[in-house]
Formats: sequence, structure tokens, C-alpha cells
Amino acid sequence: MWQLSPHTTLLGKLWRCTFLVFCGAVFMFLVLPVLIVLPLSFNSEPYFNYPMPGFSWRWYQNIVENEMWMVSAKNSIIVGLASTALAVTLGTLAALGLSKPSLPLKKLIVGILISPMIVPLVITGVGMYIFYAKYNLTGNLPGIIIAHTVIGTPFVLISVTAALAGFNLNIARAGQSLGATPTYVFFKITMPLIMPGIIYGGLLAFTSSLDELVVVMFLAGVEERTIPMQMWTGLREQLSPSVLAAATILVILLVGLLLAAELLRRRRERYFVSAK
Amino acid sequence: MKASQDIPLKAKLRKAESSNTTKSYALILPLGIFLLVFFLVPIASMIYRSVDNPLLAKHLPRTSEALKLWDSSKTPDEKTYATFVAELKAVGEKTSIGRIAARLNYDKGGMRSLVVKTARKLKRVSVNTLPPEGTWKKTLAKIDKRWDQPEYWATIKNAGAPITVGYYLAAVDKKLDINGAVVKVPEHKRIYLAIFWRTVWVSALVTSLCFLFGYPIAFLIARVQKKCVNLLLIMVLLPFWTSLLVRTTAWIVMLQREGVVNDLLIFLRLIDEPIQLIYSSFGVLVAMTHVLLPLMILPVYSVMKNISPDYVHAGLSLGATPWTAFWKIYFPQTLPGVGAGALFVFILTLGYYITPALVGGPQDQMISQFIVYHANHSLNWGLASALGTLLLLGVLSGYGLHNKIAKIDTIKLN
Repeated sequence: MWQLSPHTTLLGKLWRCTFLVFCGAVFMFLVLPVLIVLPLSFNSEPYFNYPMPGFSWRWYQNIVENEMWMVSAKNSIIVGLASTALAVTLGTLAALGLSKPSLPLKKLIVGILISPMIVPLVITGVGMYIFYAKYNLTGNLPGIIIAHTVIGTPFVLISVTAALAGFNLNIARAGQSLGATPTYVFFKITMPLIMPGIIYGGLLAFTSSLDELVVVMFLAGVEERTIPMQMWTGLREQLSPSVLAAATILVILLVGLLLAAELLRRRRERYFVSAK
Repeated sequence: MKASQDIPLKAKLRKAESSNTTKSYALILPLGIFLLVFFLVPIASMIYRSVDNPLLAKHLPRTSEALKLWDSSKTPDEKTYATFVAELKAVGEKTSIGRIAARLNYDKGGMRSLVVKTARKLKRVSVNTLPPEGTWKKTLAKIDKRWDQPEYWATIKNAGAPITVGYYLAAVDKKLDINGAVVKVPEHKRIYLAIFWRTVWVSALVTSLCFLFGYPIAFLIARVQKKCVNLLLIMVLLPFWTSLLVRTTAWIVMLQREGVVNDLLIFLRLIDEPIQLIYSSFGVLVAMTHVLLPLMILPVYSVMKNISPDYVHAGLSLGATPWTAFWKIYFPQTLPGVGAGALFVFILTLGYYITPALVGGPQDQMISQFIVYHANHSLNWGLASALGTLLLLGVLSGYGLHNKIAKIDTIKLN
């Protein structure tokens, strides 16, 4: 398609140029806002314009010295790790169950299991608040951990299901026919092979927890504020470059992790494709 | 052919198959129970909350009963007054009175102060002696003249049922009138229908913009050489991975009055004065499109990459113009991806909260904002739940349609 044939008319060339320019503009729209804004967190003055008068770490220092930010960071990490561990366990088990090709009611089950991704977070938040309040699960971290596990499991489920779809069942069968117990087969054969899927799903679940604000707003008290809540407060009240500094840390952390996971996944995919 | 122990092979196979099925269900069960308890039951309790109306039925049951037989053209009879006074005094504690007053105030403004005041003044009166003004009717009228107006009694009557559709009526700008018939609320109080329409309209606009920008990108990625595909896909995924809040923050900074976009426009001499970009519909559309665009590109791309170029080539070789070949041959083949992506973007936009709340002005607030408002600020959980249930219905029907168009496993996030 991209080699111009000698028959291409002038109009065709013009059309192709327009198309490429349009696509370039859309890519810029996708990528540039974040890339333009985040460097402003190094501005020595509390303004949001270019050119910056000077470079400074002061907004990062602000965050580290501010107790509120540190408490939020601690809460976010606790909630993120705990809910990811739960989501990975529950999601991987369910994905293994769903990998059976002719499972009755499969479509319905999948629909229900990934519904936390479909139901708007506002509705999830209202429902959870009404119900969790009765069992003392509001205003404390366990409630938020449970809520984020609910939100994170669909990511694990989808990602592990995708990994299992490329998994050759005969390898596991070979192990079993040689006398291995199902548990042994799982830990020695299945799990290492679907590990990239589990890691990718876990990272998406962790990301979604680290980013989730709406449900936290319903369930958290003052003590349980998380990083998104702290940012939200900053955005609503006085926009300070500290918010941008926190955003920059968040982006570098998450994009780094996910980029690594994605590259890992693609490499393995290529390996499997070429092995076939 | 017989297998060992004389059991037919077929039966053995069937047995193994059913035990495998049981094992599969057993693996799914933990997640199933977890979601049932911590997700589905909470959603169900929200739906229940939208019709649940226990307060008056619990504290003023005999008043509600008496009002059922009441002819609403005049004030209730003396016996109803007496019952009401006795029950209101029996409620006693201040907090319950406050809750009853607040509940009645949802239906009619002014009820809160009326009930609180009446309860306070009745404290000094004993129900066992004769009413101070001769009758309870006159006593209440002396406390507040409004007790002589049937509409205030009608409010108590309409709020008395333990299961109510009142919150749904309120959610579609209707109410029960004095005779218990459904009527529209006065013009200046109609808000929610307009908000629902605005929500649908904004979602439709965002979906169209995502299609307009996303389709060419997906087409490009499906057609470039192999080595570029990964790079381009990562450029699409990069914003998708960036925190939603961070992207919204980026747009706030970009679109501010003193922000980067205004600076650039002034630098290019397109405008002389900074223009209002943020806190407007424009801001909401731009930020939402940015947030949701990857979710349109990915499903369309996953369909496009499996379309064989042979059909288009055949069309071209048979004399079709490039446009005809695209429109008549290529585009229809991409429709499943377009439908899936568009519906996905649409239902996600319907329920969005954070981006419109931060980037939109008062005129751009969508239904989610009102759900949060009633839940967290006006504490009208019944109305919040009713609005939420209606939104949920909309989203779920969109999702059902989505699953009809796309196979469920095409929703991939990678």
C-alpha cells in the first residue's frame, strides 16, 4: 500500500498526503498533552506556561515533605498491592475454569464476571456505600481493598484468558499422562507459560487501583485518602505544580511498568508464533 | 469396543467430561461468590433503595392509614389530626423527627421547617388532656397555618407507602399531585429529563469524534509495515495507560486561560485575547475524546488487521474507483469493530464522572454529577439510587447490544 505505484494519480497522491497529515495530527493529539504538561512540574515558578523561567525540584520536595501526600502514597500502595494480590488470585482461578472449551452457560458467566468493568463507577460507588456501610466497611482500608479487588478482577480475567487461549493444552496433558498431579502440572507447566498474562493482568489491576477515585470518594474517610483523592482536592481548590509533580511520578511509574509488561508479552508472542 | 471393567467408552468419556465441568465451575466459584457478595448485592441494594421508603411507614403508620380514606379536597377530619399529633409526639427523639422532616422535604419544600417546628411546639402539650385550642385541628393551625392546606397533608399521604415509585417520578421530573395522580413538576423545577438528554447527547458527540479520529488511525496501523505497527500501537496505548486523572489534569493545564493552548493561539496571531476553553462544552468534548479514543481504535484495528486485501483488489481490478472500493467493500467489513468500539465508548461516556466534573462548567454536568450530588451532599439516597438505576438500565442495554454485535472476547485491552 505504501509503495506508490506508477499509476497513482496526482489526486491519489494528494489524498494520501492529507490522510497521513490527519493521522499525524491525531497522534499528536493523543500523545502531546501529557508530554507538554508534565515537564511543567519542574518549573521554578508556580505558573503553567512555557518558556519556564528556571528548573527546580521544589514541587517534588513539597510532596515529600507534605504529610498528607505521604499518607496518601502509603494508602495507595497498600490498597494497590493488597487488591492486586486478591484480584490476581481470584481472576486467574476463574480464567482457568473458563478455559474449558465447552462450558455450559459460559457467555453468561463471562458477562457477569466482567460486569464491574461495564457498570459506571458512580453506580458501583453508590451501591457499595449503601451496602458496605451496614457491615462497617466504610471509612477503613479493608473496604477500599475489597472494592478495588472487584474493579481489578476483570482485567486479570481478560488478560489470563487471552494467555490461556494461546496455551497448548497437550503440554499439560502430556504432564498428566506421565503421572503428575493436577496441582503439580499447574505450578510446573501451566503457570510458567501463562505468567506474562498474569503479570499483565496484575499490572492493569494495580494501575486501575492506583488511578481509581470515584469509589474511594464514597468509601474513604479523611484518614484513608489516596493519591487520586489528594490530587482531586488539589485540582478542585488551588491548582499547584505539586499536583503535576505527583502526576509525573505516577506516569513514569505506571508507564514504565506497563511498557515493560507489554514488551515482555510481545516478545513471548513472537516466540510462540515463530515456534509454530 | 469395550474399555476395561466392561464400562462402555462413551459412558466413561461422559463421566470424565462432567467431572471436568464440575472442576471448572469450582474454579470459577470463588470469584463468583466474591463478586456476588461485594458487587452484585451492593448494586441490588442500590436498586432496592430506589423504591424503599420505610420512614413514615415505621413512625406514622396510623396517620398514613387514616389518610388513605381522606377526601383530598378539604382538610382531614379531627380523628386524623389527633392520630397525627399522637404519633408525632411518640416519635420523640430529635434525630428521627429530623429524618422524617428531611424525607418530607424531598417531596415538598417547606415541609422540613413545618414538621420540626410543629414537633417542637407539641412537646409542651399532653395528648391525654383536651387539646389546648378545643380541637387538634385548631391547635395545629395555631402552630402553623399551613396545616389548614390540604396539599401538606397530601405530601404526608403520598410519602406514607413503604414501597414508593416517588423517587423514579422525581427522576423524570414528575410527582404525585394532591389526588395521587402523576403530574409534571412546575417548569422551573424540571431538571433531570434535560440532564438525561444532555448525557446522551454528549455521549453521542464523543462517540462520533472518537470514530472520526479513531477510524483513520486504525486503518493506518492495519496497513503500515510490520516494524512500525508496534511503535504506533504503543503510541495509542501510552495515553491509555496514563492515569485518567493525570490526563484530565493535563487538559486543565493546557486549556486554562493562561494555559499552553491560549498562549499558542496568541503566538500564532489567531486570537488577540485568551478565550474561554476550559469549563465549557468544548473542554469536556476534547478531554473526553482524548480519554476514550484508544478504546475506539483498538477494537476497530483488531477487526481491520484480519481483513484480507484481496476483496478490495478484486473490486479495483473490476473497475471500481478507490472510493467505491473502500465504501462498498472495505468499510462494511469493518462494521463489527466500529459497532463494538462505538458502543463501548458510548456506554463508558454515559457514566463518566471525573472528567466532566473537572473540565466542564455548570452547564456541562452529566447525570453522574447529580447522582454524586444527591448521595454526598443533599443525602437524598433514594433519588440518587433512582437516577443510578435508570443510568444502569441505559448502560446495560447498550452493553447487551454490544455483545450482540461483537463476540464478548473481542474486548481486549491489549
